[in-house]
Amino acid sequence: MTFPAELKYSKDHEWVKLLDDATALVGITDFAQSELGDLVFINLPQEGDGVTADEPFCDVESVKAVSDVVSPVTGVVEEVNTQLEDAPQKLNEDPYGAWIAKIKDVSAFGELLNAQEYEAFTQK
Amino acid sequence: MKLIFEKGAPGQHLTLMPACDVPEVNLSRPRTEPLELPHVSETELTRHYTALAKRVHGVNDGFYPLGSCTMKYNPKINEDMANLPGFAQIHPLQPEGTVQGCLEALDASARLLGEITGMDAMTFQPAAGAHGEFTGLLLIKAYHTHRNDAARTKIIVPDSAHGTNPASAVMAGFTVVNIPSGPDGCVDVEALRSAVGPDTAGLMLTNPNTVGIFDKNILEITKTVHDAGGLCYYDGANLNAVMGVVRPGDMGFDVIHLNLHKTFSTPHGGGGPGSGAVGCKKLLAPFLPGPVVAEDGTGYHLVQPEHSIGRMKNFYGNFAVIVRALTYVLTLGREGIPEAAKNAVLNANYMMKRLSEKYAMAYAGPCMHEFVMCLQDLKDATGCSAMDIAKGLLDHGIHPPTMYFPLIVHEALMIEPTETESQDTMDAVCGVFLHLWDVAHNDPQALHNAPTKTPVRRLDEVGAARNPVLRYIPHD
Repeated sequence: MTFPAELKYSKDHEWVKLLDDATALVGITDFAQSELGDLVFINLPQEGDGVTADEPFCDVESVKAVSDVVSPVTGVVEEVNTQLEDAPQKLNEDPYGAWIAKIKDVSAFGELLNAQEYEAFTQK
Repeated sequence: MKLIFEKGAPGQHLTLMPACDVPEVNLSRPRTEPLELPHVSETELTRHYTALAKRVHGVNDGFYPLGSCTMKYNPKINEDMANLPGFAQIHPLQPEGTVQGCLEALDASARLLGEITGMDAMTFQPAAGAHGEFTGLLLIKAYHTHRNDAARTKIIVPDSAHGTNPASAVMAGFTVVNIPSGPDGCVDVEALRSAVGPDTAGLMLTNPNTVGIFDKNILEITKTVHDAGGLCYYDGANLNAVMGVVRPGDMGFDVIHLNLHKTFSTPHGGGGPGSGAVGCKKLLAPFLPGPVVAEDGTGYHLVQPEHSIGRMKNFYGNFAVIVRALTYVLTLGREGIPEAAKNAVLNANYMMKRLSEKYAMAYAGPCMHEFVMCLQDLKDATGCSAMDIAKGLLDHGIHPPTMYFPLIVHEALMIEPTETESQDTMDAVCGVFLHLWDVAHNDPQALHNAPTKTPVRRLDEVGAARNPVLRYIPHD
């Protein structure tokens, strides 16, 4: 299980990578994909959608269940990773490479942890 | 195993079709290609379906503790009654005067099930549970709309609910408000209090809930929703635990659905037909789907409720399932119905107690008709998951319990033995569960490899979900 130091993490198990002051990539963490199991479907947001920190903006489906993906930031969806539609397994294989959405006009963040804090959080 | 289409040879046929006794007509758009039909003899056809039947597991084959699904034994007298010519050989458009017995059966079913649940009126149109939920929510919507109370757009659903609850609410045009369960698995009353308001259309609740616990605050819960102006919907999925003992109507619910195919014993689990009968209190009766049966002293009639939301299904629902339910209720009677419920609860507690020797329970007992085990510790200690234990059960001729539900319990196995299993059967099954616990510790790989004795081995569930093949495509 990996926790890259350059990322920030939410307690809902999403990661955030700031590209500049107001743009961020978001995805689900290694811990999240491991808990969810093999993912078989992703319901992506649409470009232009507004997203709000701590509110669901996407959902993923494993053979066990459908789970909400909660946005760690408030902003507007600039781009979605459409590759995931045909290959949701990328979320399992490479959770930190398989970004879900690029968010622009980021105006607020939910509570975010650093890698060390998040790793400790997952072990509780 | 071959499909029926892949068997036989051109020219083979059987003689099950009766001779045509009506004049042949020319279709205005004749078929240009022959129908793709199997070419098999009657012998081959019979063997094909017998072979299929041998490869499935039903409640007639063995223990089937699929939690939340109430896989009880279905008395064969139900089949005899449903197959009576007066019930089976009728047409839904026959004149009322010629089907008085069928209408009486519908009316009697509504009365008896209404008495069991504390409801005043009932529709049998919904074809299954989720269809019933959708119908019930449309009744709630029609009620608020009729009162010009358009602000009520939200349905409150606890996080332990069946997934169909929020799905039905969204389909009916509501917004879903999820509220957390407390550590005891019951509704967090404070969270409910802060969730209700002038925008509350209603609450959907299963009681006993999906973790097999009767919510002790039920009267306070329904009162909280009513005080805020909302209505209360009872998901009847778990009625088997309380039928004849306590009534949803007395708990404060305004509208309910019953899974007649579960609680009132019709073979189910193969995709239908089912019956999601919806009962309601007087205040919702004018909105029921139509037609409903009414008796006026001259006989039974099909009438349309005053502000009916319209049809939910063609004709009167899955009529034969209703006849089976009526038969079941009349067979068990006033004493038998609560006795069945109490035995369902007793059986579940018996298994819970025996299995707690090794397995961790998600919630402390006693339980109602089902209980949830949490196998997270077993997985951490041995690498064997709830899935592995479930697959191990298959090699012992036991249908696995419900897995990975409810979602609030990790590595969940949810066991519902039902009232129709003997102590001997449950002892044998508990023995297998406890044996598998030891296997997980001593030879985990054996469980990862299970099942090894079934017609098909472990299925590629991920492959099936990612690349589903849903339609038979004929080979050249």
